[in-house]
Amino acid sequence: MSKGVRYRSALKREYKHLVSGRSLLLISLPAIIVVFIFYYLPLFGVVIAFKDINYADGIWGSAWSGLNNFKFFFNSQDAWRITRNTLLLNGVFIVVGTFCSVIVGLMMAEASRRLVKLFQTILFFPYFLSWVVVGFVTYILLNPTYGVMNKAFELFGGSAVDWYGNPSYWPLILTLTYLWKNVGYTAIIFFTGLIAIDASYYEAASIDGASRFQQIRTISIPLIAPLITMLVMLNIGRIFYSDFGMFYFIPRDAGMLYETTDVMDTYVYRSLRVVGDLGMASAASLYQAVVGLVLVLTTNLLVRKYSKDNALF
Amino acid sequence: MQATNAGRPGGTPIAIVLTLSLLSILIIFPLLYVVSVSLSYDADISKHGYQLIPERVTLTAYSYLLQNPKLLLQSYFITIVVTALGTALSLLLTSSIAYVMTRKDYRYSQATTFFVFFTLLFNAGLVPSYMIMTNVLHLQDTIGALILPYGVSAWFAMLMKGFMQGLPFEIIESAKIDGATEFGIFVRMILPLSKPALATIGLFYALAFWNDWWLAMLYIQNEKLIPLQFFLNRIMTNIEFLTKNVQAGISVDLSAIPTESSRMAIAILAAGPMLFAFPFFQKYLVKGLTVGAVKG
Repeated sequence: MSKGVRYRSALKREYKHLVSGRSLLLISLPAIIVVFIFYYLPLFGVVIAFKDINYADGIWGSAWSGLNNFKFFFNSQDAWRITRNTLLLNGVFIVVGTFCSVIVGLMMAEASRRLVKLFQTILFFPYFLSWVVVGFVTYILLNPTYGVMNKAFELFGGSAVDWYGNPSYWPLILTLTYLWKNVGYTAIIFFTGLIAIDASYYEAASIDGASRFQQIRTISIPLIAPLITMLVMLNIGRIFYSDFGMFYFIPRDAGMLYETTDVMDTYVYRSLRVVGDLGMASAASLYQAVVGLVLVLTTNLLVRKYSKDNALF
Repeated sequence: MQATNAGRPGGTPIAIVLTLSLLSILIIFPLLYVVSVSLSYDADISKHGYQLIPERVTLTAYSYLLQNPKLLLQSYFITIVVTALGTALSLLLTSSIAYVMTRKDYRYSQATTFFVFFTLLFNAGLVPSYMIMTNVLHLQDTIGALILPYGVSAWFAMLMKGFMQGLPFEIIESAKIDGATEFGIFVRMILPLSKPALATIGLFYALAFWNDWWLAMLYIQNEKLIPLQFFLNRIMTNIEFLTKNVQAGISVDLSAIPTESSRMAIAILAAGPMLFAFPFFQKYLVKGLTVGAVKG
């Protein structure tokens, strides 16, 4: 058989498969089109980072600029600042957030069912509020003149603090806000993992005379470890992306605070929509996407090495 | 299964009750402040600051906002339309592609899975997406801009696939023998059987659409298309936006407006429907999470 004939028969076979599977193809087609338009089409737009874009000539008409956009970006102080903020803050969120959620999850598992329902409802609630609303809540606490925190300080003889004017408070404020909104949700995930553990493990352990603490250490924690790993890994893979709403609405986009609150996402947004510097925005945007991909692949590789079952792919 | 840990004999240790109660207080108190400020007079606020219990209770802020609620109602309307249409469309798209991904007898099921999964690994980032939306698709200032970008979430599609894989394949075979079309099988058998997954993922989609301001911030200029959360943000940053509630043309005395309390009142009005939907949402989301966590 010649090469040409072989290719043609292979094509024919694919065509036959397509025809026989055409109903399934049709069923998935609308979704495929949407995914293509909103995820794959922009991939071609990555070239924007290498171009000197002007709106008159459009994406394809603008002149190439090589790596100029990247040079500008990495030579500015912004690159270091936003990289540091993004990694440090998200890193803290992952460590502290996971730790607190596991603790709360374990406590919920030790509580009686009626109490669990009550606490679960309260702790889960902030997760349902948008960051805009949470922004209102933090504003009530931190408003320099009327704010609850400053009133409390005054009550105890302290002086008012200008929260929105001093960047050094913000890593802590952001971490607390993150915990306030998210711990309940993650704790429930761990809680559901915990209550699924077979009761006979605990019965056997208590017959052997193990205390509650020993049971938690030797049964509960090891058995939800895969769940913890999975969630941590997902978070590490996304560490270069931030919850934009939080970093935008909680510090109220105050320029004074950028030193500690500006992250990749807010920076890219600002360069694009506020400053209108397309070169900078696209270079930063591509930097974020590429590092993000590398991080996802690396975490997956590491987890696969450590325990194959927990890897994502 | 539910009874294993929760409800262990001897009741709940007191330390745990105390800790969880403390956490609950930390969560509830800031929210109570928002309610309280919305019910206060601005004069009292400027005298005493924000307080947990208002000096004098008043509905001034609410009556001010509802005097001419055109913009508020408009943004409510947009959010409701976006949430309803968006959730329905996203569920349909997500479940259809997830179903095709589970059909092992379909030659391209794996390719379809990878096609969706890849979007979790790498995306072009904000700038190219923005350019495509505005320069190529010209979706800015349309309802589509508030819905379509969230149409298929790869994450939910994978979750849905996980659920559908648990359905017995034999029913599809037997339906085929009985002469059902693929489309008929999907609509009349798979979708009804997937109700629990559809409910859970639908709630997540609804929550995302209801709380979204991001797409509006990027793509909406037209004031008639501003959704609730974005409207809320404009009020927060720019109190003059509030005065637009008062009839245009009449000059407004800014000092006469209960600015502090109105801000919080509008936050309550925006979060309000969520408050009522919350118990319902919570029940199903926890159930969905339970299924997901136990499976994974």
